[in-house]
Order: sequence, then C-alpha cells, then structure tokens
Amino acid sequence: MAKLKDLAAQEEKFVGGHRGCAGCGATIVARQVLLAAEQPVVVGAATGCLEVISTIFPYSAWNVPYIHNAFENVAATMSGVEAAYKALKKKGKITKDLRFIAFGGDGGTYDIGLQALSGMIERRHRVLYICYNNEAYMNTGIQRSSATPRGAHTTTSPAGKVIPGKLQLRKNLTEIVIAHEPAYAAQATIGYWNDLVTKVRKALDADGPSFINVYSPCRLGWAYAPEKTIKVSKLAVETCVWPLYEYQDGTYHITVKPKEKKPITEFLNVQGRFGHLFQWKDDIPIKEYQAEVDFIWNRLLKRSEVQKSKEPG
Amino acid sequence: MIVARTGNEAMAEAMRQINPDVVAAYPITPATEVVQLFSSFVHDGLVDTEFVPAESEHSAISACAGAAAAGARVMTSTASQGLALMHEILFIAAGLRAPIVICLVNRSLSSPINIHCDHSDTLASRDAGWIQIYAENAQEAYDTTIQAVKIAEEALLPALVTTDAFIISHGMERVELVDDKAVPKFLGERKVKHSLLDVDNPVTLGPLDLQDYFFEHKRSEIDAMNHVLPTIEKVQKEYGDKFGRYYSTVEEYKLDDADVAILAMGSTAGTAKVAVERLREQGKKVGLIRSRVYRPFPQTAMLKAMTKVKVVGIMDRADTLSTLGGHLYTECRSILYDADNRPLLKNYIYGLGGRDISIEEIEAMYDELLTIQKSGQVDKNIVYYGVRGE
Repeated sequence: MAKLKDLAAQEEKFVGGHRGCAGCGATIVARQVLLAAEQPVVVGAATGCLEVISTIFPYSAWNVPYIHNAFENVAATMSGVEAAYKALKKKGKITKDLRFIAFGGDGGTYDIGLQALSGMIERRHRVLYICYNNEAYMNTGIQRSSATPRGAHTTTSPAGKVIPGKLQLRKNLTEIVIAHEPAYAAQATIGYWNDLVTKVRKALDADGPSFINVYSPCRLGWAYAPEKTIKVSKLAVETCVWPLYEYQDGTYHITVKPKEKKPITEFLNVQGRFGHLFQWKDDIPIKEYQAEVDFIWNRLLKRSEVQKSKEPG
Repeated sequence: MIVARTGNEAMAEAMRQINPDVVAAYPITPATEVVQLFSSFVHDGLVDTEFVPAESEHSAISACAGAAAAGARVMTSTASQGLALMHEILFIAAGLRAPIVICLVNRSLSSPINIHCDHSDTLASRDAGWIQIYAENAQEAYDTTIQAVKIAEEALLPALVTTDAFIISHGMERVELVDDKAVPKFLGERKVKHSLLDVDNPVTLGPLDLQDYFFEHKRSEIDAMNHVLPTIEKVQKEYGDKFGRYYSTVEEYKLDDADVAILAMGSTAGTAKVAVERLREQGKKVGLIRSRVYRPFPQTAMLKAMTKVKVVGIMDRADTLSTLGGHLYTECRSILYDADNRPLLKNYIYGLGGRDISIEEIEAMYDELLTIQKSGQVDKNIVYYGVRGE
C-alpha cells in the first residue's frame, strides 16, 4: 500500500502550470501514474488533450523524458523506444534500469491506435500503456468514440429530436487487451488513488507488456462542475459502470467491490451528457446501458469466483 | 569480395554489415526479401540488432522514430503502398530530425494495383523532408545504403535509398562487397546530443508548436536540407577514397561534347548508357545525365549538366497528374528559368507500372532529340511513351 505522505514527498514528475481545464481528470491520471513509478521512466503520449495541454513550446509539464509522435502510434513509438533501450543496454551504452509508459486517450487507444496497441502487446514490448479514458474525443471538442457509452450526448452523437445520443454500447477494450494475454491488465480510476498506484507498480514490475484502462472524468465533455471530478469517478465505481479489477497470470481479481451496487441513474444524473435521457419519451437508452453494466459486472463476478475456487485451502 | 547478388540481397548485406541497433519493418513486395534476409541475420546471430516485426508500415516507421529519438542507429525497408502508409510519419521523423535510413524498392502506387517499377511512390513523398538517392544498379544500392547511414546521422535528416522494382531488386548482378569490419569502422558510432533515454537530463520531444515558434523550427529543418549537399558529397568522396567507388549527386555520361542528352533516374540510366554507346558508334553526339540524388535537388550540378547540351529529353517514371508533366521535368524547367543557355526540353513519361523500356526505344528518343536540335522546335512537350493509343 502506498502512503499519501510518501507520494506527496516525492519530486513531481508531471508538474503544474499546464493548460488543463480546472477539474481535468487526465492530468490527475498522469500525475498519479508517474508518482507511483518507483523506477526512472520514459514517457510517450498520443496526440490528444494530455499532449496538447502539457507541452506547448517552449513549456513542458514533463519532468521525465517525453516523446510525442502522432495520434495513432504511441504504442508503436514506445515499442521502438523500448527496442532501442534493449539494444543499447546489450551493448553497455545504457546501464540504468528504466521503465516505459505510453499515454493515450480513448480516441488514440480504443479507435485509431488499437492496431498499434495490439502489435505492441503481441510483440511483448515491456511498456505500460495507460489509456486515460474520458469516453469521447475531448481534444477536438467532444465527438463520440467507441468508448462513449449508450445514450451519451457528444457532438457527433447529439441528443437530437429523434435520436437521443449514442445508439451503440461501449467497446470493451480491457477484455480485448486481456485476450492478448498481457503480463498485466487492469481497470482503475483516479477516485481510488491507492488502487491506481498499486496497479501501476504491479504493471511496472510485470515482465512484459501491461495495460491499465484508467477512467478519467472530463468536466467539459461530461458536463459537471469542475470540483465534482473525484466524486464522479467514485460514482462510476459504486454503480459498477467502471468496475475496478485486474488480470494477471490467467486470473481475474476485483480490487474494489462496492458495498451496495447503486443504479446507474445515480451516476448519469450528475452529468449533463446524460441529462436528455431523463426527459426522453421512454427509458430504453438507460435500460440498455444498465443491462450492459449488469451483464459485464455479473460476468466479472463469475470470473473472479473461478479464481477464488482455484485458490488452495 | 566479389559476389553475385540481387539488389535486395545487396541492400540486406549492407544492413548486415551496418549492424543497426534497431530495425523495425513490415514486408511488402518487392522489398520483402530485404526484411526476410535481415530476419535470418538476426536469428542466425549475425547481427546484434533488436528486430521489431511491426504489424504495419505505419507502426514500423513510428517505432523507427521512437528508436532514433532514443539514440539508436535505425533502419527499415519498404515499397509503394508501404511508403504511402508511412507518409504521415515521414514528415514527423524528419521534423524530429531522426536519422532513419529506408532501403526502398520503387513500385507503382495503386490504383490499379501493380507490383512493378515506377517512381510514383517515392516521388509522392518528395516534400517529406527526406534525402532521396536513386541507385542505378545493385552495386550502387549496396554502396549508397552504407553512405546513407553516415549522411543521415551527420545531417540529422532521414534518408531513403531506392532501387527499381524487380529490375534491380530481383536482378542478379556482380557486386563487390567491402570487408565486414570496414563498414562499422567507416560509419563510427552514432553520436547523440539529446537522447530520450537520458533520464538525468529529460527532454520533451515533439511538443505542440504554435504560431509563435513553429515557423522557426520548420525553417531550421529546411535549412538542414538546404545545406546537406556538401555532406552528401563529402561522404561520397570518403567512401570512394576508402573503397574505390566514387559517386556524384548528378552523373554526367559522355556529356562534354554532346549535342543532346537524356536525363533519367534509376536503372533506366544504365539502359540509356548502352544506347549512348551504340549511337556514338554511329557518330551521333549524344550523352546522358543521371539524377542520383533527387532530394535535396542538386540544382547547381543539374544546371551545369543541362546547359552543356542543346536539347534534353527528360525521362520521368511517374506523372504529377497536374498537366505539367513529370517530376524531373517540372523541376528542371524551373531551375532553367534564369539560365542563359537554356536547352530545349522534351518530357518522356514512360515505364509506368513496370512497362519495359528497351535500348531501341531510348535510341529512338535520342534520334527525336537530334531532330529537335536541327529544327529548333519541340512540337509536343510532354509525351507518354510506349502507351497504347498515344
């Protein structure tokens, strides 16, 4: 268990002064992940909010080596960085023990960067890929992604007169990654900082590719007051909209189990992006979203039960 | 050592001797063999390279950019659609000043889909900020691959070395290899000023660059390209002094007393040299200009060569689809604007999709150029040579 006091005493690796919105979830992700790392790290970022707000020349919020290449290729870029590290270490030109972290939003990870991510994991590059998932293309002004949930309003899935927001369900990227059998995979969120820190440390210790899908509320795109970011993050867990779990060595483990599973409406009704659903003529979008959440949560419970029954004694 | 090698084999041999830190690549016809052979070098322990068998050319070049930023010596190989898929990252790699070298085989861009030679792939990437050098044969492809690593690392600019699909890539030729140990000695270690792996001196690479700084940074990249020709010439000379084979950015062949000349790139220049020999036996004063280096455009040397003759037939193995003619033609017309002794120009767009060009056809072009010299008239500036219905 990480101690807040110890984390706070560290030198910041992602510093203030960047151009993130008040209440930005993505910057909290970057700061928490880098503070969790116990080894020196080299960071890559995909094009997106985090990249744009943190590196406006001549300023940089990154107190660690950082590279940005393009939108869809942070996993490939970091594959190359890690390959160079292995080559130069073999030749004795590098002696330090380093770790590699790639940051991508859901646009750069679920959609345009999915192929590069799949390649990085299949080739077993020892890189931790962090998806800061805010469920839409926020950098270009809130357009739908395959991470956008059913019913959510975005500018390309607007709450219209005949179609109430996004028609489709979310893609389950974490399970797609798990199908690659990475060294470590998990879902986390900033509201449970200790859970996230622990997962980052496990991922960086794992000898192979790792992936953490970090639920990252966006006050602008989700339309809530900036001071509510952590509260919204916690509500996602309490309603099982975003289950916190990990996968390693073939077993699932739910890391935070809500005492009482709240209905998703408690998560939806604090955000403007779902406001139209409560005025809609029927409850079909909310029901479909709730059914998806229940299905995934129940499956997860079963999978983690399987794990328990395998444990000796 | 004198051996029989195809162009692909010759380039792969050069890569083996260079022994890069990282090779990230994706196979594509007709460059597949380069990647294939290099993989066997890795698996047979003949190189120390970290080989990244990427899942696409886009990821291959992205990994190359990352590895180069981390201070590694980096190479890859591709052709045609593969280069087109890399297109976005070609510009980024150049802007990051990543000295990557691509062993490239020139193949037509789709559509229609085709696997044979023309220069549409690399010419479509001419503005990407990469040095482009077109080899005439397997020997030159081998020599230039080694030179390109040194040029790229000294100039901090990426470079691509090309061969013509199948004509060079799969044609078996006599190739003289230099000693295995001499290549790393000629290249030396890559010197790196700012490495991504230097965690004690962290750098931010690829930041967002807005109206207040972008132009200065782009201007400095343009400046690097504007000043790279002397570096290319220096490395060509060092290579010649060391290994006995000299190259120039623009090759002149039997040009000094020529009345007319053909300008060509790649393997066609080799075919044209035979045509020149045959016509010279008939007493016809014809010569050849070969653009070996295409990016940056060696305009001083090109101007000097072209103004030696009265008529130049410019052979382009691609079209700009702009009504203006081929790439070499439009650029040569441009540099001749201020010249005192402007030759007459005729543009032959030929060989698209790998259509063969024969010695006899080039002889016929020379005869046409000699007729133009006499009449002083070019009735049709741009012709599509050897195509049905023309």
